[in-house]
Amino acid sequence: MTATLTPPDASPAPFVVELEAFSGPLDLLLTLIREEQVEIADIPIARICEQFLLRIHSLGLGEAAEYLEMAASLLRIKVQMLLPRRGDEEEWDDPRAELVRRLLEYQQMREVVDILQHRGDDRRDRFARGYLPQPVAAPLAPLALTLPELLAAVDRVLRISREPVLHDVVARALDVDGAIDTILSVLAHRGHAWWRDVVAADAAPWQVLSALLALLELARRSELRLLQRRPFANVEIMRDAASEAA
Amino acid sequence: MTPLAKLLEAALFASGRPLPMNELAALDPSATAEELTTALDEMRGRYDTEGHGIELVELGGGWQILTRPEYTETIERAQLATRPQRLSAAALETLAIVAYRQPIGRAEIEEIRGVAVGGMLRTLLERGLIDVVGRAEGLGRPLLYGTTPVFLEQFALRHLGELPRADELAVALRAQPRAL
Repeated sequence: MTATLTPPDASPAPFVVELEAFSGPLDLLLTLIREEQVEIADIPIARICEQFLLRIHSLGLGEAAEYLEMAASLLRIKVQMLLPRRGDEEEWDDPRAELVRRLLEYQQMREVVDILQHRGDDRRDRFARGYLPQPVAAPLAPLALTLPELLAAVDRVLRISREPVLHDVVARALDVDGAIDTILSVLAHRGHAWWRDVVAADAAPWQVLSALLALLELARRSELRLLQRRPFANVEIMRDAASEAA
Repeated sequence: MTPLAKLLEAALFASGRPLPMNELAALDPSATAEELTTALDEMRGRYDTEGHGIELVELGGGWQILTRPEYTETIERAQLATRPQRLSAAALETLAIVAYRQPIGRAEIEEIRGVAVGGMLRTLLERGLIDVVGRAEGLGRPLLYGTTPVFLEQFALRHLGELPRADELAVALRAQPRAL
């Protein structure tokens, strides 16, 4: 029987279960019965069994225990059907009886699934007031802690980090003179510029600050005029007419 | 609308969940059951005939104001609300069996579906669609599962009796669960 389960050309393909295709061996069996257009009560077991084995191999279900179990019981029924019947026809217990019962039961359940699917879709298409996703995280338990316990914990932490790692933060010197040179060279080419022309878009804070102080310094020296038409608008930089004349 | 209908409308609007009759009755102790039913019918009638974007629906053992389905797509596209995820076929199968055979244990569900359902039961429990309703007699006293009011609400059922009876289904189901 194992020979039937493993066709000679079976390659060691990776174990892939087609989750979407069938919800279980009974689903597959029912699909085959429908495709073959045969009666559940009178299943041509040899044909269905063969189809079932072919299908689980092609779907890569040949290693899923549940499908193998069904394949095994189909083969057992097939063998039992071949055994010579003893005594009268009437006393013969159809080996398929249990399978037929399970299939009918399963088919009926599928009918209920269709009803639920339909009604569920119907409900999904309607929103309730103030729809909120189901909360997943449980609220945190209130902290049960006394002050001495808290202090002891702090003490423990401080003991562990007796020698804390200290970082020296060195202030980056501003380069106002450099910024003044930049601005003057820009203004030497054209009489009118924007804030964005003298400060690059990816400028570091020290560069922005340097440029700002340089602009204010130059304005104080009357070497240029600054104009901002609205709050947060781009700042216009103009060569001062007076200094130009000078 | 009558004052009672207006009161019920306000309460249903304020509540996101279906309100059962006893909670509606508590809003106005002087109202009789008949008056409540009349008021609800009046409200539902108005929503249906006057052209509203919402409707009054009886489900999950109570009443609830819901949006009409024709606006679902637009509301969802505007990201004002999201439809809950659909259940997989396997989850629905498990749920259907629990709905019809409750209280039912895992082993019997697996016998009907022909596959292991442990993970599926956990998913349904997490989504609040089923709950543990007791323990069976016998070896290991296995847990028994049943459906919840959330199940009724999400499948737009007033009560379990609204599902077709087993003998109304096209295929005859065995009348009694087999003894395990």
